[in-house]
Amino acid sequence: WTIANPNQIRLLQKCNFSSGVLPNNVDRNSEAFARNSMAMESLISQLQSHIQKVLAGGGEEAVKRNQSRNKLLPRERVDRLLDPGSSFLELSQLAGHELYEEPLPSGGIVTGIGPVHGRLCMFVANDPTVKGGTYYPITVKKHLRAQEIAAQCKLPCIYLVDSGGAFLPKQAEVFPDRDNFGRIFYNQAVMSAEGIPQIALVLGSCTAGGAYIPAMADESVMVKGNGTIFLAGPPLVKAATGEEVTAEDLGGATVHCKTSGVSDYFAQDELHGLALGRNIVKNLHMAGKESMAMGSQNNSLDYEEPLYDVKELRSIAPVDLKQSFDIRSVIARIVDGSEFDEFKKLYGTTLVTGFARIFGRPVGIIGNNGILFNESALKGAHFIELCTQRNIPLVFLQNITGFMVGSRSEANGIAKSGAKMVMAVSCAKVPKVTIIVGGSFGAGNYAMCGRAYSPDFMFLWPNAQISVMGGAQAAGVLSQIEKANKKKQGIQWTKEEEESFKTKVVEAYEKEGNAYYSTARLWDDGIIDPADTRKIIGLCISASMNRPPEPTKFGVFRM
Amino acid sequence: DSPAIEKTTTQRIEKILVANRGEIACRIMRTARRLGIRTVAVYSDADRDSLHVKSADEAVHIGPPLARLSYLNGSAIVEAAIRTGAQAIHPGYGFLSESANFAQLCNDKGLNFIGPPASAIRDMGDKSASKRIMGAAGVPLVPGYHGSEQDVDLMKLEADKIGYPILIKPTHGGGGKGMRTVQSHDEFVDSFLGAQREAAASFGINTILLEKYITQPRHIEVQIFGDKNGNILHLYERDCSVQRRHQKIIEEAPAPNVKDDFRSHLGQAAVSAAKAVGYYNAGTVEFIVDTVSGQFYFMEMNTRLQVEHPVTEMIVSQDLVEWQIRVANGEPLPINQSQVPFHGHAFEARIYAENVPKGFLPASGILHHYCPVPVSSTVRVETGVEQGDTVSMHYDPMIAKLVVWGENRASALVKLKDCLSNFQVAGVPTNITFLQKLANHQAFEDGDVETHFIDRHRDDLFVDLKNSVVVQEAYNTATLSASFVAACLCEIEHYALKESCHVGRGFHSIWYSHSPFRVHHHAMRTIELEWDNEFDSAGSKLLPFSITYQPDGSYLVKMADNASLGLEIKVTQLGNQDFRVEVDGVSTNVSLAVYSKDQITHIHTWHGSHHHHFKQKLGLDVSDDDETQHKTSFEISSHPPGTVVAPMAGLIVKVLVKDGAKVEEGQPILILEAMKMEHVVKAPSAGSVQGLQVTVGQQVSDGSVLFSMKDSM
Repeated sequence: WTIANPNQIRLLQKCNFSSGVLPNNVDRNSEAFARNSMAMESLISQLQSHIQKVLAGGGEEAVKRNQSRNKLLPRERVDRLLDPGSSFLELSQLAGHELYEEPLPSGGIVTGIGPVHGRLCMFVANDPTVKGGTYYPITVKKHLRAQEIAAQCKLPCIYLVDSGGAFLPKQAEVFPDRDNFGRIFYNQAVMSAEGIPQIALVLGSCTAGGAYIPAMADESVMVKGNGTIFLAGPPLVKAATGEEVTAEDLGGATVHCKTSGVSDYFAQDELHGLALGRNIVKNLHMAGKESMAMGSQNNSLDYEEPLYDVKELRSIAPVDLKQSFDIRSVIARIVDGSEFDEFKKLYGTTLVTGFARIFGRPVGIIGNNGILFNESALKGAHFIELCTQRNIPLVFLQNITGFMVGSRSEANGIAKSGAKMVMAVSCAKVPKVTIIVGGSFGAGNYAMCGRAYSPDFMFLWPNAQISVMGGAQAAGVLSQIEKANKKKQGIQWTKEEEESFKTKVVEAYEKEGNAYYSTARLWDDGIIDPADTRKIIGLCISASMNRPPEPTKFGVFRM
Repeated sequence: DSPAIEKTTTQRIEKILVANRGEIACRIMRTARRLGIRTVAVYSDADRDSLHVKSADEAVHIGPPLARLSYLNGSAIVEAAIRTGAQAIHPGYGFLSESANFAQLCNDKGLNFIGPPASAIRDMGDKSASKRIMGAAGVPLVPGYHGSEQDVDLMKLEADKIGYPILIKPTHGGGGKGMRTVQSHDEFVDSFLGAQREAAASFGINTILLEKYITQPRHIEVQIFGDKNGNILHLYERDCSVQRRHQKIIEEAPAPNVKDDFRSHLGQAAVSAAKAVGYYNAGTVEFIVDTVSGQFYFMEMNTRLQVEHPVTEMIVSQDLVEWQIRVANGEPLPINQSQVPFHGHAFEARIYAENVPKGFLPASGILHHYCPVPVSSTVRVETGVEQGDTVSMHYDPMIAKLVVWGENRASALVKLKDCLSNFQVAGVPTNITFLQKLANHQAFEDGDVETHFIDRHRDDLFVDLKNSVVVQEAYNTATLSASFVAACLCEIEHYALKESCHVGRGFHSIWYSHSPFRVHHHAMRTIELEWDNEFDSAGSKLLPFSITYQPDGSYLVKMADNASLGLEIKVTQLGNQDFRVEVDGVSTNVSLAVYSKDQITHIHTWHGSHHHHFKQKLGLDVSDDDETQHKTSFEISSHPPGTVVAPMAGLIVKVLVKDGAKVEEGQPILILEAMKMEHVVKAPSAGSVQGLQVTVGQQVSDGSVLFSMKDSM
């Protein structure tokens, strides 16, 4: 037989020296491959159409008005702050998706990570074209999530402020609680105390509570004409004291840079302001505060792309969640050279664990290949301990229906084994990135580092489903309980009534378990194109390695 | 001169002082070095670090930049030769090369002047005396009547003898006053009487001379060489017809469309001319050739090595500087007339720092990028500058001479065009694009040259702004170039960043992948390029581009303000500034030169035969945050309306009005001189002159503010 493809030659050469190269176990000509591709294609095109809408911001008119004020859109602002031609990992683009009666593109705020003068920064940019940049509950949540990542990864924060403050009609959900508006300033203070730079660029209004963003910042820039900072705007001032004053005289750049000292740098226009922002980062010189130590000596700058096309990741996830697929086919398309050295390959085979590199950086990968049994959970806990010992970041590839149920399982102490894995996941201080590539149900979500286990980053494929259990199982459980209740009350439940009850439950689970439902509420950091998985994991790990390594201390493992 | 005087300088030359600068100084030193002769350079303050100083074994400082006080200061130069022990002085061309006094001074001080005898310089320096001598020697002169008898009938008879058309010229005065051409016998009397009247009114003297008017003259000159034993030979002719401002820009040897017997007549006439003045060393006899009649006439003799001598060297395979030194040493000429080789065809294009659309005004500035074509046995680049040097306002603004040789004229011309396309100069405006247009002109390709060539083909050689087709075409090539530039800039930026990241923190290199990553969309950016249209004095045009980074690493470059599809451009970096650019399956080499000046990034690009210059405002990275001082780069780079700036660097020779004076539109305000040119600066509009601070004798630089106009209400 002839070898046409240079990849095949490389594969053959490598197989001779290293046993770790994953074979291609995806049949490109199979019917399933075609079916899966088509299903994913339609999911992605649906995703694209949602994304195109949010990228357009708050509508044509608002965008035009913004332009007429010589202001850029938030993503354009970020582009000009970033090192030219560098990458930007935007988070939760679909936050707020179908969450309120009115559309709130990207939750009214753009967040993400990118380099400025070679230093990774967290960007938080209000979108003034969306409801005047006011904070809805989800806006606050997205802002806080960005700060949480920044705090965790020790990324300098750049706030591009252009906001009317809290959205007053929803003040009860925005203002009072712990994780509400006030937490923004609390985070700024705490991060500043930790030496994580807080930089504010005032590119528009910054009213009331919003005024504290630049005021709490380490350094701030104000743009002449557009930037204003005041606790109360001219109308409120007039109502309160009778004083008549223009916005510029009340809280413009000149007042705050020359007189009040609320701001530090005076910018002639927005581009100048953004250039000043870059300069501030250039001058951070965080000597000794940055760690390159963590595993960096193990990073090889030369790495190989996977042997198999990353685009084939769009054809792996089955349309039907009940169908299983080999997680190794995903791993083979995200790790360098498709090399994966499996740990405990023959034991607890429903959990796949092993070592690989992504963009030259060592990672430990944990992926599901079926239901979690006792052995699988023990193997997972063991592998996590290994990685924490060696400061190797963990990548979780979730496709899990849950832990095995039944008397035999219970008798074997599945709860104890699951607890061991949850303990290991919870306490592991190495960077953790979770990607949900299929289902994420029940305690499986916990053991596989779901949102509650604070992975540094978590993303979903468009086909992902998240819920406490499957819709059908839930319907079964709930209908049994309901039937029992009715029986107590002496009511007979007809077959039709029971079926319609079940259908409702299934529908509700399907809706609430949908990726969009999750991402709209910020249960994750975004829905991604499967083909971008490798790239995004690479960026996430790079960002999360920005912090110095921390030793892991586990709690009590129930033996 | 008697042979007795020559005896004093027969000692062999071991060290030469080159009393010149620039390319000719370097060229002379190159031959000297090959012959084992040591060299001494002289330099003014302006040339302290220039190439000719570095090329010499020794260098002597002789004075301030002003040529009068340095390169024209004969006694300082002679003193420098004596101080350094040089036995000989080579004057090059220009400066003191045709000063009989200087030649004499050298001889008096016992220095060997590498050139003709002082007497020959003197004889040929006086234009009317030289014509008398030539006439006596039987060298053809332009037919004419220079007599004192002014009777109209007699003059008419003389005119008939000369043949029409006739040029009628007052003997006194100038500026073309009273001068007229007469096409036929019948018009003569009226024109003659008119010219007489006008001459009388203008100059008070009404004597008139007659000369044959040559409608389509060619400038053909013959290289001659003589030794001190009285041997003289010629090395064929050069055609130097293509001129601007009476200065040659493209020369060639041999002259095109010339028959062999004409060539030998010309050569013999030149040798006769040289013999008539007892000539030795290198010289050039210039003839005017009437292309209609095929007659040639003596014009003048240049008693030095000419700028364009390399084209002769190329076709006769000799080193004329070596010949000069051997003759100065008293040696006989190495070959005789019948042994002179004659092979192939050579062109020389003079590359000047000059402003072509502003009437070829000399330009000055820093050569931020200078990358001449590679030299070979058939391509010579005679240059006196290096990248980073300043083309100073004090001296001739020639940057280099490009000399190419081919088996025949057609193949030499192909090479010339190719070399011009690849000759890269940025920092000062040059005439390269203009030379390309000349070399590509059909009439030039046909060898159909004459001294009015540029005037005659003006419409083809300059972009006619009223011709919308031509303007649109220029705009289209500029936008294509600008698209390439935009893509190349992205590529340069990408690699610069990636490099700095690898050095600093290899850690984050994934963030600088190609193309930059975005979640669910493509990264985009804008680049604004200002096209500096060198043929449109109205200046520049802003070309805004939006660039989309395609996932495959190519760039989708679109004009931001129109709906066109844009170009998908793939860029491969070949070297520091060389790129391979692929569009639509066609790839081509593109070179870029980038430098910053006055808050503006200048980008030059070369691809195919195109060269464009773009500017980019340094919008980002403004570090000046002072409210009162901060100005946008736009404000810095331009002046308020009504401001008049110096069109070139030069010396103020006259200030015609007082500050505050009310003037009419177009009224001359002051006169500026640079090189051999006077330039009148006029009021751009009616009004009063404000802020006129310059004074006579003051040196101003290119673009400096002279005054501004205030409207009179």
